Amino acid sequence: MSDLAYTRYELLRAFRNKRFLFFSLGFPLMLYFLTAAPNKNTANLEKTGLSAPLYFMVSMASWGTMTAMLSTGARIAGERQVGWNRQLRISPLSAFSYLRAKVAIAYLMAALSLVTMYISGAALGVSLPARDWLEMTALIVIALVPFAAAGIFVGHKVTVESVGPAIGGGTAVLALVSGTWFPVTSGFLHDFGQILPSYWLVQAGRVALGGGAWNATGWMVVIGWSLVMTVLAARAYRNDTNRA
Amino acid sequence: MESSTLTTGIRLEGLVKTFRTPHGPVEAVRGVDIAIEPGETVALLGPNGAGKSTTIDMLLGLAEPDQGTVSLFGGAPQDAIASGRVGAMLQTGALLRDLTVRELIAMMASLYPRALGVDEVLELTGLAKAAEQRTEKLSGGQAQRVRFACALVANPDLLVLDEPTVAMDVEGRHAFWATMREFARGGTTIVFATHYLEEADDFADRAVLMAHGQVVADGPTTEIKARVGARTIRATLPDAPDAALMTLPGVASVDRRGAAVTLRCSDSDAAIRALLTRFPEARDLEISGAGLEEAFLELTAA
Repeated sequence: MSDLAYTRYELLRAFRNKRFLFFSLGFPLMLYFLTAAPNKNTANLEKTGLSAPLYFMVSMASWGTMTAMLSTGARIAGERQVGWNRQLRISPLSAFSYLRAKVAIAYLMAALSLVTMYISGAALGVSLPARDWLEMTALIVIALVPFAAAGIFVGHKVTVESVGPAIGGGTAVLALVSGTWFPVTSGFLHDFGQILPSYWLVQAGRVALGGGAWNATGWMVVIGWSLVMTVLAARAYRNDTNRA
Repeated sequence: MESSTLTTGIRLEGLVKTFRTPHGPVEAVRGVDIAIEPGETVALLGPNGAGKSTTIDMLLGLAEPDQGTVSLFGGAPQDAIASGRVGAMLQTGALLRDLTVRELIAMMASLYPRALGVDEVLELTGLAKAAEQRTEKLSGGQAQRVRFACALVANPDLLVLDEPTVAMDVEGRHAFWATMREFARGGTTIVFATHYLEEADDFADRAVLMAHGQVVADGPTTEIKARVGARTIRATLPDAPDAALMTLPGVASVDRRGAAVTLRCSDSDAAIRALLTRFPEARDLEISGAGLEEAFLELTAA
């Protein structure tokens, strides 16, 4: 019995899904070159203190990684539609191993998206000390926890027909409010964005400014959402044994 | 493996399950008791809505009974499943896409501690030629075989099949049961739901008849067949006395509506021969097998 083998086949499936690869890898990459390349020499984008290539590198990475994490939802909804979740529940695969495989794949895909954006950023002149790269990556990984749980939650709550619009629409709204397309530095959007984990995902780029990239609010928001979404995801998974 | 837990088999006791629906509660299962010994092959026979699938869901731990208990090999269904002793082919369900047939079966095999070899299962289920095809490109019959292969590869002590041949043509059905016979020689306990009497008759040692959420008959398939396999003879026969018809061999009951009589038979072959000998004037003869549905209604009404 090997959970690793199971994860490997799941990964194979994720890579064979072209639409998913496009939205989590190709699309953010394309947008990055469209937004950052023309502003390659902007050193202080909209008073953020960050260069345009750095700011957009992190903001597009947040979009790609968020999509990667939430795509768990599309995979689970697809499996539920064909009754595969019931098939798995009558196999020795434990709930823990099942969810761990889902989360592992989401993070692997997110890592791929992140590395792609880092390489593209470096190509447009983003240069940071190794320490900052690491710290930024760690913050992104942490800020993705609520999205990992949200993917599982959505997968068990939404039908396969509506999961695409739900994830696409959800990420688009979150991206808008969280400063993914352009920095949001003041006003209602800014205040509202602060209570979302996606806002702090984008803010991970602030490591370049020295000091902590997140303030106390940031940590509280990310940890709070992580806890809430994990509880919701666990509950949605447990309650979902019925025939489709 | 401890023989004590092997010998206890499967026990369903006092199972009750009610579903809430927009049209009010539906009592899907209303007090079901079934005991199955290891190595037995049991058919759950019944029309749609009899409660077969709900019973199977409870047997597998996919649904929690409102009342009653389920025990598989002396423990909870979840324990038997966690140790890989149960393989099942559920009724609803397509296949996971973006994998080849071989990959999907290998993925399932990886989850079970005593799994069969993937090639062996591909061979057994007649899928060797389709092994490298993507699951989403398969025909209905092939997909059904793959679902069967996913259950077989577990090499289970208990194999549960919920209407396994439902989408198959006659040929596919024969091939399916031939494979099952091969597999059943290994002493696996097999429980399958069907609404085809002949499947239960051909393959099971024992049939449990369900109707309206209850067990209406439980016994060797030969016995069950005699009960529900009854045929009726209809004839236009105005002048024969009912009492005389009743004495014909193989006739169980006589029902008359004017000139038309209906003879319910335990042995229709003997009855028709005797009828034509004694009453050659009988016209408009019609012999029909009692449908399962009809037989069930009768059994539950009694």
